[in-house]
Amino acid sequence: MRPEALLLEAGAEPVVRFDGVAMRYGRAPETLSDIAFSLAPGSFHFITGPSGAGKSSLLKLIYLAHRPSRGSVELFGRDVSVVAERDMPMLRRRIGVIFQDVRLLEHLSVFDNAALPLRIANRKPAAYRGDVAELLAWVGLGERMHALPATLSGGEKQRLAIARAVVGRPDILLADEPTGNVDHPMALRILRLFVELNRLGTTVLIATHDEELMAHARRPVLRLEGGRLTEGGS
Amino acid sequence: MSLDPQRWKPGPLLPAADARDGALVFVVAVLCFLSVLAAIGALAAGRAAEGWSQALSGTATVLVRPRGDQTSDAAAAAAAEALAGVRGVTLARALAGAEATALLEPWLGKDALPPDLPVPRLVAVDLDRARPATADAMTQALRQAQVDASVDDHSLWLEDVQRAAGLARWAAVGVAALVALAAAAVTVLATRAALAARREVLEVLHLSGARPGMIAGLFERRFALMGAAAGLFGGGAAAMIALSARLAGGSGGISPVTPVAWADALAAVPAPLAAGLVAALAARLAALNLLRSMSGA
Ligand SMILES: Nc1ncnc2c1ncn2[C@@H]1O[C@H](COP(=O)(O)OP(=O)(O)OP(=O)(O)O)[C@@H](O)[C@H]1O
Ligand SMILES: [Mg+2]
Repeated sequence: MRPEALLLEAGAEPVVRFDGVAMRYGRAPETLSDIAFSLAPGSFHFITGPSGAGKSSLLKLIYLAHRPSRGSVELFGRDVSVVAERDMPMLRRRIGVIFQDVRLLEHLSVFDNAALPLRIANRKPAAYRGDVAELLAWVGLGERMHALPATLSGGEKQRLAIARAVVGRPDILLADEPTGNVDHPMALRILRLFVELNRLGTTVLIATHDEELMAHARRPVLRLEGGRLTEGGS
Repeated sequence: MSLDPQRWKPGPLLPAADARDGALVFVVAVLCFLSVLAAIGALAAGRAAEGWSQALSGTATVLVRPRGDQTSDAAAAAAAEALAGVRGVTLARALAGAEATALLEPWLGKDALPPDLPVPRLVAVDLDRARPATADAMTQALRQAQVDASVDDHSLWLEDVQRAAGLARWAAVGVAALVALAAAAVTVLATRAALAARREVLEVLHLSGARPGMIAGLFERRFALMGAAAGLFGGGAAAMIALSARLAGGSGGISPVTPVAWADALAAVPAPLAAGLVAALAARLAALNLLRSMSGA
């Protein structure tokens, strides 16, 4: 068992902790300011707010695509600003991300896309082939495993992106508008998948505008407005 | 259609080559072609320069003036005999009177020379190329044999010719080096552009936790192969031209001015290696650079 997992069981360290965090793109004014919150291990949160409030930007700080301009971001109890560059890949493998713009690899089949994180983690295909097929069937892509992403509908692409994000059983799942392109029954199905993962120990953070989804899930909500947390901060 | 997971084999992490890669290979191939041609030109220029100075340094000319009591023929024969004994002379041959007159003809005309004019005689001397006799040694031998003669070992000319030859050689080497540098620079630029077009792939792999070295390695291998292929096409085409020039031009190459040798085609050998290396290195650095920019500034 990883030491982090022990801590996780002890409930000692938050999985994500922001303290006085700000971020900016280049020399532009701050997109996020004074962000402070924490996600306990095994928690399930939504983050919402108007378009342009900075939800995707906040997620970028967590999945290590951007660095804060001020304040500290901690993942699994470690301040990311002092994590050595060579340890970053291992940290990223513990984070599953569903990007708002999906970002599938267009030259790879549905099956290859879904299996990508396992492959990057150097797992043996023989050990995961069955799991990947099962997961794809679960998100309703069981008949499209050969297909290329370009031939999928918007909702199908989104479900593939979800499969890829969860296939490696990440410690944190970040989902940026994961139900933006699917109908309500499918949204509820996806929500059930997230709840299931969460039950298995994955910490979940979902950025969404979907009030219905949030109402249905009844989970704590972080609210961002104009780059500041107006609800759910610490 | 559904898939049998048991038979699934992972697909390639990088997209297959596309039209952009074709353009990259073409541009690099053309530049390799020009580089190798320039290198072959430099080799030929060097050989031509060598030829000029060798042709001059391997010979000397001795002008013999008959003394009052001597016929021209006797004086020339005496000079040739004296010179033949000098160390570093391989052959000394008195030119016959007719040959000497023939040499003057272009200046004086065919029938302008009275038959009894005492034309100075020439002795053509071939020198040992490894250790040629000096003009001083030859002059001394002639004096000892009491022949009135002056020795021209072409040293005056030789210096000029050698200077010109050196210049030609360096100019050719300079041109070849410049073309090779341009080829490398364009390879770097084209590689970067081709890589930037794959940015999304790179980013997804990166954010999924792939190590920078692994991602860079993917691109490195891909571009090394493309560079090597381009070098092979371009260098190969230039080598073919060199070989056909040698074939068509006989032992003189295209012409005595650019004597191409069979072995010059070997100048193409480094092209695939160099192009492959430059492209691989450029791809690696560009990939690592892009990845650094993706970790957020
Ligand atoms: N790559 C970028 N470069 C510069 N500015 C950016 C970039 N990405 C986002 N922004 C800006 O940052 C602000 C927050 O954007 P962000 O995408 O985080 O909002 P969001 O809350 O996710 O919005 P939405 O609900 O529309 O997805 C916006 O003003 C946006 O223009
Ligand atoms: Mg967004």
